[in-house]
Order: sequence, then structure tokens, then C-alpha cells
Amino acid sequence: MNAFEYARPATVAEAVGLLSKQEGETAPLAGGTDLLSLMKDFLVEPKRVVSLMGIEPLAEIAVGASELRIGATVTLDALLQAGFLNQWGAKWPALWHAAAGIKSPQLRAMGTVGGELLQRPRCWYFRRGHGLLAQDAKGESLVPRGDHRYHAIFGNAGPAKFVHPSSLAPALIALGAEAELVSPRGVRTVKVEELYRAPQAAGERETTLAADELLTAVVLKKVAPKSATYEVRPRQGLDWPLVAASVALELDGGKVKAARVALGHVAPTPWPVDAAALVGKPLDEAAIGAFAVAALQGATPLAKNAYKVELAQVAIRRAFAAALKGI
Amino acid sequence: MGQPEQPESASSVSRRGFLKGVGATALATGALAQSGLAATALAPRTANAEPPAAPPVPLFGPAPVAVKLDINGKVRELRLEPRVTLLDALRNHLDLTGAKKVCDRATCGACTVLMDGKTVYACTVLAVEAQGKKIETVEGLAEAHGGNAPIQKCFVANDAQQCGFCTPGFVMACEGFRRGHAGASREEVLEGLGGNLCRCGTYHGVANAVLDVLDAAKGGK
Repeated sequence: MNAFEYARPATVAEAVGLLSKQEGETAPLAGGTDLLSLMKDFLVEPKRVVSLMGIEPLAEIAVGASELRIGATVTLDALLQAGFLNQWGAKWPALWHAAAGIKSPQLRAMGTVGGELLQRPRCWYFRRGHGLLAQDAKGESLVPRGDHRYHAIFGNAGPAKFVHPSSLAPALIALGAEAELVSPRGVRTVKVEELYRAPQAAGERETTLAADELLTAVVLKKVAPKSATYEVRPRQGLDWPLVAASVALELDGGKVKAARVALGHVAPTPWPVDAAALVGKPLDEAAIGAFAVAALQGATPLAKNAYKVELAQVAIRRAFAAALKGI
Repeated sequence: MGQPEQPESASSVSRRGFLKGVGATALATGALAQSGLAATALAPRTANAEPPAAPPVPLFGPAPVAVKLDINGKVRELRLEPRVTLLDALRNHLDLTGAKKVCDRATCGACTVLMDGKTVYACTVLAVEAQGKKIETVEGLAEAHGGNAPIQKCFVANDAQQCGFCTPGFVMACEGFRRGHAGASREEVLEGLGGNLCRCGTYHGVANAVLDVLDAAKGGK
């Protein structure tokens, strides 16, 4: 790890003032569970690290009259233990399932909501120093001719073939959550899905945040539907899922009033799926099965990851089943 | 936090010389947040024209700075670069080598210590960030019990180790779990130890050790 200077501001305004406009010059630090590893491998080399852990309001969950505001440095533990997840009759199980899927108590104690959403891709080409786009000297991707068993099956026509690693993002997208961003230019609010983009050229990032912009909170509407997240994972212990599906449903007399679905670990961004076809229809096993098949229709798997197509269908079906059952 | 040092910076990030000597203590108590200066930070800034009312957030390093750590109930004062992890501070500066450096990437759990009662990977906490927290290491556990702690005795009784390299991390993970989980089932124990790896595969014995220590605590065997 390179040497850096360190600051621990007490307010968001101070923190933002310490961030450079130039990508990579400075890095915000929350739980550090990803940033420290990235710095040890010289994948990021900030000259200044700005700790957000001294900013008390960022570690708070605020329950408002119509919305729930989760600060960016709320730990995954604090999220799981927060009364709102139980006291309001398990209003957002999709989010709880996703956080509980992070199987290491140490990571749950250290890791934060903001850090989980903005962790860098786990693509082994990226982590071994080949860049996010994993290109050789001629600019050709190493991924299609290499080992891509965990790579993207959607959104992979461009140079980005990695999958976004966030567990919480698909759940938050299905739940219609928004993200609050602060920069020297002020505060803006975007949908969680708008935090992400697939980089198109070397040097581009996988998020839409400016270098001097901080994610400060995610905001959920208090009226929450039935929801669930189902992850397909290779083992019970700590690992990233192979695929994940989050669904959120509003039902009216047995028929779908609204449905939102998002997949994880299938594309360079969390992958929202259009569920408009379900609206107005009863949600039986046949309808869910047909939707799962249709949702994967446009998939473009590589030679060694076509298995993820079927797993994603399974994840969708089981997420719907869990949401309806209210687990 | 201790007295900060403001050495010459090799960084290209602009610095404010007049801030030399501003203490981190003031920051920690929130005094700066109440100074009324914070709001001005939202105004755009350039490297050449620093607004005079810029927030006086002290910068530490990259050279060694004073770091105060509360380890096993004792305050230890060190001089460390901000990049030094808690694990390296323990092992290389305090000769507390119980926590092991294995993956050094927040995955294997061999470096597990307790911070404010919660298990953390010491390899992935900056020592400067661990200031003000109560840190417990495997050395402190044995010290507090004048020999092996109950969880350690249960490790011995259940043959819960083989090569032993992951054991100190596992002991601390088990100790952290034990404190909040009276009456836990085997399934919950295994779930609670999800952050530690053992290449010898001693999980069965480790889970038995935790179940035994929980049993003993409620007056069982």
C-alpha cells in the first residue's frame, strides 16, 4: 500500500471539501473492507484518504413519516438489527435477505451500506491488474477467450464483461429506493439504478458519481410492498452469489398492481427487469415461470457461463415465491 | 487521538499550512462542526484560491503520526504512518503476534480481533481508525483469565485445531459470537463463524467448542 495523508472530518461538507475533482487522487473511506484491499494491490492509489466514520449523521437510520433514510456508513449489522425491518412487519425483506446473504460477521460489522453499493467489481482480471475492461495491449478483451465463468450474461456486448458485485443494489432497485449524493456543487438525488453505468472506454468508472461526490444516504418510501431477494450461491459460507434476484410486489385482489424486479451478478450494472407484463394478471406458478423465462430471453452468455441463464430463472421464481409467502 | 504531526507532504493535493498544529481532539469532540465554518465547504474551491474560511480539518501523514490505541485495557501510544493497519500495528509495533496475517484481504479471518465487542478483520482496519475503540486480542483473552479462557479450554477439549494457524482468529471469532448468543443452535454457531476459514477443516471441532462453552455458561457440563 502506498503512503497517503489521512483526514477524519466531522461533517459531510468538510469531507466533500477534502475530495479532489480528479479521479483517483483522493478516496473516501468507510468500513474499508474493499478500499484497503484495493490499495494493497495498487489498484487504487489515493494521495489522500478521507474517513467518513467520524461523521455521525451518516451512521444513522432515520424513520420519517413517509420515508426511511439509511445513512451511507450504517453498517450491515446495524441494518440487519434495525427495528424497522421487524417492527413494521418486515416491510423490506428483500433488503434484509440481501444484507443477511453477506455471510461473514466481520464484514457485516465493518462493512457499510454505502461501501457495499460502491464496492469495485470482483472480476479477477480487474483484481489482478488488467483493468476494469481486461484488455490486452491491442485493446482486445481477455475475457471471452479466458475464464469467464462468473462474468456477465447481460449488457456484455460492449467492452465491459464484469458483473457488478453489490448485494444490496438489486434489492434497493426493486424497492424503488433513491440515493442521495453530495458534491461541492450541491445535493442531488438519483434512483439507485442510476448510480451505475457500464464503462465504455479504459479509465471510465462503473458508477455515475463524480470523483468529488459522496453517497450520503439511500432513501426508501415507507409504503413497502411484499418483497424478497433470492441468491444462488456455490456454498453456504462467505462468497459472492452466482446470481441473485430481488422482487417487490403490490397485489390487489390476487392480481398484480405493480411489480419491480432486478437481477444481481448478471451484468456490469445491477440489472432491472421490465415486469410490466405481469400487471393486472394473477400471480400463479405458470405466470411466474413464464415471466422468468421471458426475463432471460435477451441474455447473451459467453462460452462458459450459459449456466447462469437457468440459475437466474430459478432465482426469479424463488424470489417471487418467497415474496408471496412473506418469508 | 494524540497530537498530530504535520510533516512536509509529498502529495500533490493542496494543503493549508496555517492549519499546522490543529489538534485532532477538537475534531473528535465535534468542536469544528459547531464552528460555523463547515457550510462554506460546499462553495467551489480551486487549488490557487483557498477561501480563508475553509474548514480547518487537520491532515495527518503520510509520515508517522501519533496514534493511541486501547488494547486489552491498556492505552498504547505509537507513531505510525496512516497506512499502517491495526494488524501490522499489533504484530510489528506491539509484539502481539496472536492475530495472524494470512490473506491480508478481509477474507480468511486469521487476523480476527474484537473492536468494541464486535469481531473485525484487523488486516483491514487502519490503526488510525481504531483509535477510541476497545480492542481485544487473543493475548488479552488469556491474560484476563490467568491462563486459557473458557473458549480456549473448550478448543483443547474438542481438538478444535490441527495446524493451528487459523486458531487465534477462530478463538476470537468464537469469543465474539459466544457473548451475544446464549443458547445458540449448531446451525447458528456455524452461521456465526462464517467469516473464518480453516484449511485443515476443523470446523466440526470448533463448532463443538462453541456449543460446549455456551453450555458451560448456563451451568451445563
